[in-house]
Amino acid sequence: MLHINLADQYRRGTSLIHRLDPRTKILAVLLFIVTATILPAGAWLPYGLLLAGALLAAQASGLGVGFALKRSFVALPFALAAITLPFTVPGQPLAHLSSLTITVEGSLRFLSILIKSWLSVQVAILLAVTTQFHELLWGMRELRLPKPLVSIVSFMYRYLFVFADEALRLLRARAARSGQGEGKSGGGLLWRGRVAGGMVGNLTLRAFERSERIYEAMVARGFQGEIKTLISPPLTDMDRNVLVGWVTYLAMLLLVGFLF
Amino acid sequence: MHHTLEVKDLHFAYPDGRTALRGATLSVAPGDKVALVGPNGAGKSTLMLHLNGILQGHGEVRVCSLPVCKENLGKIRAAVGLVFQEPDDQLFSPTVFDDVAFGPLHMGLPESVVRERVAEALTAVGMADYAGRVSHHLSVGEKKRIAIATVLSMNPEILVLDEPSAGLDPRARRGLINLLRDLPQTMLVSTHDIRMVAELFPRTAVMDGGRVVADGPTLAILGDAALLSAHGLEA
Repeated sequence: MLHINLADQYRRGTSLIHRLDPRTKILAVLLFIVTATILPAGAWLPYGLLLAGALLAAQASGLGVGFALKRSFVALPFALAAITLPFTVPGQPLAHLSSLTITVEGSLRFLSILIKSWLSVQVAILLAVTTQFHELLWGMRELRLPKPLVSIVSFMYRYLFVFADEALRLLRARAARSGQGEGKSGGGLLWRGRVAGGMVGNLTLRAFERSERIYEAMVARGFQGEIKTLISPPLTDMDRNVLVGWVTYLAMLLLVGFLF
Repeated sequence: MHHTLEVKDLHFAYPDGRTALRGATLSVAPGDKVALVGPNGAGKSTLMLHLNGILQGHGEVRVCSLPVCKENLGKIRAAVGLVFQEPDDQLFSPTVFDDVAFGPLHMGLPESVVRERVAEALTAVGMADYAGRVSHHLSVGEKKRIAIATVLSMNPEILVLDEPSAGLDPRARRGLINLLRDLPQTMLVSTHDIRMVAELFPRTAVMDGGRVVADGPTLAILGDAALLSAHGLEA
């Protein structure tokens, strides 16, 4: 069998973080990101404390401090969306780049955004590697995210692999018949484009047909327009304690950030 | 007399104009184990989709004496466990547990019963340890077994299986045949696997051109070389 393992980031484990309820983890990560977002620019001490929190969580997950840290740099290019800030925010000039002026305030804002997004990505990575995807979905559903949204993500995740496998088979079938003959091989650009376009169309049609069959399979088992799930158990004491501790820590950070 | 399935003179054409059923007639009594054979395009899968009310053609379809109509659909879908050919279509939930629980949950059963049903169904197909697994990571044989569990959990009166042994290696096929032999439910199974038919099903119905063209004891049907060759089958 062909298999593509596209996006399974989950790492098995039995650590405290692994054992936490998915709802707790999702909430904690969201609160962390919100806190990082509303902290004022240049609040270095709270940033440091946030980093400490993220590293502590990484340590508690048993994956080690470096794990999320290393992977978090993938998000840095996205922060470049804020690259214009040093030039556009008015304030004290720091340097001149031909006709552009870099301001102190602007640089501070840019640096803060960079750090905040880097911190946020770290906890998000930690969430993804310590929680199985179906647990994440379950947690999102329990936290009252819109049901259609959760269902879409759920189906996407389930069939992403199936389609990746299908695409892989198509590519292999093309490769297997791409032999070299006497004449010029490979064909023209237009011809190759047509072949590739045909493959995309083929895959789309298959997706469409599959969606019909899946719907039939759902209807056959009594689906009437709404996905039902089991009622979930309440949060354990451990989860409550962790959440309370986490919220207190974030609240103190905010206090420090705004008062000092 | 009570019949589990009664189909009389059923006609159906797909929206694109292709006629799939031209007067199909078939009845299945409680406890029957019936094989449905015939060439591709004979209308086997189309007929099966009618037994659950997913397609509705012209003619009469009764399930457990209930006519297939909108008011009865809920009861009919609980009574007919329809398993599709492609297990990736049947298993659409994040985990095996969610998939097996889907049917009972949508029947409105209480949670404790749902959990019991899931455990029973998975045990019945020999997959009790798989509840927490993700369907994508299973082999085809495992997926087929779990696909059967997804309808067993609804406690159906009849199992309707579309090509259950297609695409299985000999060992997985053998496992599936043993499983089907052990299941007590009434069965209607479409297949190209004539050796499995001979082994498992006392009765065989042959479909071709949208009709049931022969129906009788498997031995007699498989012994009729003229009939088989007329409909593109080989014993």
